[in-house]
Amino acid sequence: MSVDEHAISEENTTAPDGVVARLKHPRAIRWLHWINFPLLAVMIWSGLRIYWAEDVYAFGVGSWQWFVWFPEIVYDKLDLDRHLARGMAFHFAFGWLFVINGLAYVTYLAVSGEWRHIVPDRKSAAEAKGVVLHDLHIAAEAPPQGRYNAAQRISYTVVLVMAAIIVVSGFAIYKPSQLYPLPLLFGGYQGARLIHFSMTIGIMAFFLVHVLQVARAGWGNFRGMITGYEIEHPDGLDREEVAS
Amino acid sequence: MTNDHDHDHTDDHTHTHTHTDDHDHDHADDHDDTQTDDHDHEHADDHEHADSSMDADAARVAKLRAQSRSGEAISVEAFRSKSRRSFVTGAVGVLAAGAFWNYVQTKSDPIDGAPGILRKTLRRNEAVWTSLVNGRSAPEFDLADAEPIQPNGSVGLSDEIDVANWTVRVEGPDGRLLDELDLSTFEQLPQQELAYEHKCIEGWSNVTHWGGPRFRDFHAKYADQVGDVPYVALETPDGGYYVGWRLDEILHPQTLLALREHDEPLTSIHGAPLRLASPNKYGIKTLKRIGVIRYSNERPADFWAERGYDWYAGL
Repeated sequence: MSVDEHAISEENTTAPDGVVARLKHPRAIRWLHWINFPLLAVMIWSGLRIYWAEDVYAFGVGSWQWFVWFPEIVYDKLDLDRHLARGMAFHFAFGWLFVINGLAYVTYLAVSGEWRHIVPDRKSAAEAKGVVLHDLHIAAEAPPQGRYNAAQRISYTVVLVMAAIIVVSGFAIYKPSQLYPLPLLFGGYQGARLIHFSMTIGIMAFFLVHVLQVARAGWGNFRGMITGYEIEHPDGLDREEVAS
Repeated sequence: MTNDHDHDHTDDHTHTHTHTDDHDHDHADDHDDTQTDDHDHEHADDHEHADSSMDADAARVAKLRAQSRSGEAISVEAFRSKSRRSFVTGAVGVLAAGAFWNYVQTKSDPIDGAPGILRKTLRRNEAVWTSLVNGRSAPEFDLADAEPIQPNGSVGLSDEIDVANWTVRVEGPDGRLLDELDLSTFEQLPQQELAYEHKCIEGWSNVTHWGGPRFRDFHAKYADQVGDVPYVALETPDGGYYVGWRLDEILHPQTLLALREHDEPLTSIHGAPLRLASPNKYGIKTLKRIGVIRYSNERPADFWAERGYDWYAGL
């Protein structure tokens, strides 16, 4: 902590001069983000009920399987087994809502110019490494960032790309005859199934890291996704106690 | 993922700060130089031309800085009241989502084992796909690429089958018997060989080879008699398994009344002596051991549709 920080935190218990709330997440982003959350959850849940009926994916060599997607206990605990019909009914109904919400999100990003905060630039890859090292407390200093740091920009863009792949491969599985040759894009029907499943695992991995990072970043950051605003100090520090 | 103060100190004076301008001036002079130097020092060895990269880096930091300060700034008091409203909206949203979920799961009357609203959506999906791209064909494969198909389900096949004395009843929409046919009728129609990727609703698929007449060639004889009838129902002889098809879809040239699988007469478990085969429907629609072919004005009952699956089941 620098001298200035002490000065500000001790100076006032209410908002000191120059402390403002700055808009970080526009209303459309907030709505679409939060609507996406339950829709994605329903899609993954119903998708796993479908996958259960033919759960063939595993890591291993030959007949030796190191990890099977999924161990029986996962199906048991999440009530995923023997619900193929319901899984499909939910998947093909909520799928439309998921796609519409996703298209609205991408359209808003494009039209509003908000994409500039998310799409990585030439230096993001190198900087993302610095962000990770900083987050792991290996590097003292974090690379420069805009609204989002380089690792966030890359993750948020990659997850959008994964979402696009999951939707297109999903349609390839859903209507492989009517939409032929779409499945060829994924190496055929079974290829589309594998990619659709892999993207699901990828998005679940993103979700896990996302939640961990949000928990680490603290209340002010999380509240920002609900209210849109984050408290900003003149020197750029977040001092949550000011507004809470 | 919060802002990091190390580079936040390298503030600039160019942006639309309202409340923060004065404060920035107070501190900026102290920090701008040192922080910029530190930053460049760190990255200098990454670049061959440290001088020009120093400018570029500084410009980039300024640009990123501007991005993070591009949002509208409001007073903390205004924020507090906005914040309260946002949380109330959020809580209402959570309750509404919960109520909707509860409605979908339990309150929308189930139709054939599926929550009503979902069953209606499946019907709408059917309308979308049958009007959008209906009638397209699945890719076909070399016969040499085909492999025998695994047996998967024996509903309606529990009785012994006597192929020599087997007949299929053909019925009109009014229930009138149009014909009772033995195997020779189907053997005398033009024969097709078709290899396609058979898809089970469970998720597995394999390239299979079927032989027999097209349904449309069988239908030609009855076309005038039945007219514009929209549906066809098919049943096993014991009535244990039954499927419904739209007429336009069962008339697709890739829908076969298969007599052979993998160049051999159908075995009992695969539906001897006559079954449906189509690459454009899940396997659940390709009824084995056909006993009745009935033209229908009503949407026919369907064994798996009555158990929660999509009636259309089109691919």
